[in-house]
Amino acid sequence: MGTSLDIKIKRANKVYHAGEMLSGVVVISSKDSVQHQGVSLTMEGTVNLQLSAKSVGVFEAFYNSVKPIQILNSTIEMVKPGKFPSGKTEIPFEFPLHVKGNRVLYETYHGVFVNIQYTLRCDMRRSLLAKDLTKTCEFIVHSAPQRGKLTPSPVDFTITPETLQNVKERALLPKFLIRGHLNSTNCTVTQPLTGELVVEHSDAAIRSIELQLVRVETCGCAEGYARDATEIQNIQIADGDVCRGLSVPIHMVFPRLFTCPTLETTNFKVEFEVNVVVLLHADHLITENFPLKLCRT
Amino acid sequence: VTGKMAAFPWHSRHRNYKAEFASCQLEAVPLEFGDYHPLKPITVTESKTKKISRKGSTSSTSSSSSSSVVDPLSSVLDGTDPLSMFAATADPAAMAAAMESSRKKRDRDDSSIVGSDFEPWANKRGEILARYTTTEKLSINLFMGSEKGRVGTASSAMSEKVRTRLEELDDFEEGSQKELLNLTQQDYVNRIEELNQSLKDAWASDQKVKALKIVIQCSKLLSDTSVIQFYPSKFVLITDILDTFGKLVYERIFSMCVDNRSILPDHFSPENVNDTAKETCLNWFFKIASIRELIPRFYVEASILKCNKFLSKTGISECLPRLTCMIRGIGDPLVSVYARAYLCRVGMEVAPQLKESLNKNFFDFLLTFKQIHGDTVQNQLVVQGVELPSYLPLYSPAMDWIFQCISYHAPEVLLTEMMERCKKLGNNALLLNSVMSAFRAEFVATRSMDFIGMIKECDESGFPKHLLFRSLGLNLALADPPESDRLQILNEAWKVITKLKNPQDYINCAEVWVEYTCKHFTKREVNTVLADVIKHMTPDRAFEDSYPQLQSIIKKVIAHFHDFSVLFSVEKFLPFLDMFQKECVRVEVCKHIMEAFINALTLEDEKRTLAHLINGFIKMVSFGRDFEQQLSFYVESRSMFCNLEPVLVQLIHSVNRLAMETRKVMKGNHSRKTAAFVRACVAYCFITIPSLVGIFTRLNLYLHSGQVALANQCLSQADAFFKAAISLIPEVPKMINIDGKMRPSESFLLEFLCNFFSTLLVVPDHPEHGVLFLVRELLNVIQDYTWEDNSDDKIRIYTCVLHLLSAMSQETYLYHIDKVDSNDSLYGGDSKFLAENNKLCETVMAQILEHLKTLAKDEALKRQSLLGLSFFNSILAHGDLRNNKLNQLSVNLWHLAQRHGCADTRTMVKTLDYIKKRSKQPGMNHLTELALRLPLQTRT
Repeated sequence: MGTSLDIKIKRANKVYHAGEMLSGVVVISSKDSVQHQGVSLTMEGTVNLQLSAKSVGVFEAFYNSVKPIQILNSTIEMVKPGKFPSGKTEIPFEFPLHVKGNRVLYETYHGVFVNIQYTLRCDMRRSLLAKDLTKTCEFIVHSAPQRGKLTPSPVDFTITPETLQNVKERALLPKFLIRGHLNSTNCTVTQPLTGELVVEHSDAAIRSIELQLVRVETCGCAEGYARDATEIQNIQIADGDVCRGLSVPIHMVFPRLFTCPTLETTNFKVEFEVNVVVLLHADHLITENFPLKLCRT
Repeated sequence: VTGKMAAFPWHSRHRNYKAEFASCQLEAVPLEFGDYHPLKPITVTESKTKKISRKGSTSSTSSSSSSSVVDPLSSVLDGTDPLSMFAATADPAAMAAAMESSRKKRDRDDSSIVGSDFEPWANKRGEILARYTTTEKLSINLFMGSEKGRVGTASSAMSEKVRTRLEELDDFEEGSQKELLNLTQQDYVNRIEELNQSLKDAWASDQKVKALKIVIQCSKLLSDTSVIQFYPSKFVLITDILDTFGKLVYERIFSMCVDNRSILPDHFSPENVNDTAKETCLNWFFKIASIRELIPRFYVEASILKCNKFLSKTGISECLPRLTCMIRGIGDPLVSVYARAYLCRVGMEVAPQLKESLNKNFFDFLLTFKQIHGDTVQNQLVVQGVELPSYLPLYSPAMDWIFQCISYHAPEVLLTEMMERCKKLGNNALLLNSVMSAFRAEFVATRSMDFIGMIKECDESGFPKHLLFRSLGLNLALADPPESDRLQILNEAWKVITKLKNPQDYINCAEVWVEYTCKHFTKREVNTVLADVIKHMTPDRAFEDSYPQLQSIIKKVIAHFHDFSVLFSVEKFLPFLDMFQKECVRVEVCKHIMEAFINALTLEDEKRTLAHLINGFIKMVSFGRDFEQQLSFYVESRSMFCNLEPVLVQLIHSVNRLAMETRKVMKGNHSRKTAAFVRACVAYCFITIPSLVGIFTRLNLYLHSGQVALANQCLSQADAFFKAAISLIPEVPKMINIDGKMRPSESFLLEFLCNFFSTLLVVPDHPEHGVLFLVRELLNVIQDYTWEDNSDDKIRIYTCVLHLLSAMSQETYLYHIDKVDSNDSLYGGDSKFLAENNKLCETVMAQILEHLKTLAKDEALKRQSLLGLSFFNSILAHGDLRNNKLNQLSVNLWHLAQRHGCADTRTMVKTLDYIKKRSKQPGMNHLTELALRLPLQTRT
């Protein structure tokens, strides 16, 4: 093979905070010596917003409001035009992670309608005959831990046929009583969501109990916005007809990249919710929704 | 003695054996029935027992002798039997157990390592796979899509069908769906093995995500409880894959910690782990945490539990309780108990010191125990057509394992508490069974009576009681209950066991209890047990389905009866063996019996004892009138014990005896068939004898077998034996080893030859060979044999030959073999034959006299005297002294014997008296004259 270009970030987890020095090496390996017109490294950070299909028609007026927001964009020239010897050449780099002006370094977040992504791009410009070489590498930005203690906000819940909304024929519902609690709806993203759930009683056999982690992404501005809730993950915590009266643990790890501290800006919002979903035999589906507030401590 | 004596003719005295016999016999006085005779009672019983033991080759009748008057049972009851007390203390097993416990104490110090006294999972695997099988069709479904409909209705309702990378994890391969239906059990096992292989392949080719997918799909199969009776085996198969996966991940991360400089020590701390390794490890945990379904998420995380070591010191201790709690979410009690078993298994492997979680698993299990009788489970059983008694035992492997983990090195208090908890749950049979299976045998054994009480009381609720007794029996095989309870335990247990109707249930239970019986009781009880087994297993040939258990019983019995004779005196032992009717199984069992008593490395002495025992056994085996079967048994025995000379000897004797039995049955008139059979027997001996080492053993057996062949009218075969014996004589060494001491062999040779001569009298001459062919051959061999320089044995033998030849020259021989014409009737006193005979006599005499001459030296005079007198006696007994030359020779010998004052005067006086006495008998007048010519030398 010809010449290859690679970026190696020093930290194994590629996680950096604002103000830190992003360091690493660019690796150029080639059998033969490589002629080039210079190597540059670009750091980029953008928020990509997208409107869901159902929103597009309605909010055409705001089409413009969803153009990408640039957080970071700076380039450094690493190597002046010249020639790399054959073999492996490692060029170390250091990139301070600073934002200009009043911009905020949001946490990395991979969503559906909102994406916050940071990349390092290395470009090797070459003569007309040879193609330019480019290598992109994502790094992850975590916001600084929020000061102050996270105040726990436990929630107790009871689900019975009576507590349900959106029921077509309440009389047809089997009797059940499910109690539980979440240890806190204020969560640290690095710690799991915990709690307990007890099926005290149920006429119908339980098929499954699940925790559905949902992201609620809002794009738009004061004049109008698109708000979409989508599933991030669905974690089954009970499979089959669980023992009555025995508490089943609620435990869910927040997935990295797909969750971030709850975020609210003028142009977009990222929020999270959890649904406790109980599936009974005969296809009854019971959902209890809990908004979460995520943060990083 | 002068040279004149050199050529003396021999003249045999004519004998009328019948008349001689009659004149020697005492007059028989008939004894009235009531008359006293000191020997009478003994003679009568002796002759009777002898008869029985001869006839009774079936062995069982002759065994009654060893029965004792004292009831051993009663003495055991007292607890004062000194023998059994002694046995208890000297028992090597008890010693081993004591050492074991001391080792356990040592192990306890390092609780982070499971000692070798913990029975590993690997031991259980095979047992479970063998026990939980099915003939029903199985299916494997390896696709998330179909599952999605079941679980993910909510999600699809909610989401925009946008699949994130995370969700795709659940697919095995892009768009692939594998649903395999109608698999037989073997197919299933093969498929799982394939998956195991493809996991390894995927890993090797760096497709980590694919590997994870495979593991997820596999563990998902554990949530499927269709064909429930196969579930325990399925668990075993799939957790094998999980173990593989766990190991791969651990090793991979471990290898990442190895840099050029150092290798991570076994007991590393998380600080020693580099960031890349940590990150990789975290990645695995995050990936696993996002697995949608509970059961695969649980299993996969549990499988890499060990990897927590890379991340933090407390990782495992935090993870275990969480995973334990997680199992609560599994609704199916069977699936959940196996999940617990897996967690305990991983826990014991990774962090055995964390006992809390083990206990928690047990207590959680108790909490969910009521589910078994709930509607969901019951409905499922109805659908699958499975009865509760076959459903409940499905729990046992998992529960046994959990209990075993908990009870390992557990304090007595905990065990007692667990027992109490089980009791509280209505004394449930299933729990009780697992307690007995898993708790320390000593713990159970000392409480045997309590357990029996509980078993009796307990609510069976579908769990068969015989399994409970089986478990108890297993404990009692390992540990001893209090002495005072032993008999009662056996009685109580056997009371239940003997009532079991189903032969399979019965034998599974009985098999276990045999060990206990053998261990603590005498052959009487063992006999009773064996009798009971025979009784249960005989109807409908139930034994045919239970050979493994029956074999195991035999093995246990053999292991405890070290004395072969005691073993075979257990009356029901042989009838028990009779149940092994399938050829290969029977051979197998016999081999076991023999192996128990023999191996190629045994020492000489031990070998002898063993050989003795086996001989005892061989003598006892009888196929009744099926002589051919009997012979083939001997053939088989020969191949089995070819390294035990005494056994081969016994076999030859047995075969000879068989030939004689045949003769007896046919009353001496062989049919074509029996003649052939007898020849087969003879051939057996003929080919077996050369394989023996002992020279005299061979000689005697040749002679003996020759006699048997002769008795069965196999003349040419008999000749062959005798010829073989004759040609073997030159090989007789000067010295032979007798009981470890080297002794001169000549006296033995003398003895053998005398015996041989007696036989040769009746052996008819072969028509194609010359007169007295065998005798000549023998004489040649004797002539050529290198005798000791200063020994007279050769001459003694010649003297015996003279006796033989004299006997051969008689008109009618002293004895005959029925249906065999000896030389007397063959030649009918033919003069040529007699002449030949006399010629031989002369040669022999010449040899004797020649020898006497050589003894005329100072140091040999005593020998000359003795030998001379002996020769004199021979002439007196067998020669015709009316012949002058012979008469003169005898007088000369008399003088020779006395010449140098070496003769014992007393003997001479007695001899002379004898001659005088004989002279008074009719036709012996000439001896009077002889007596006058024999002066007695007075000692000066």
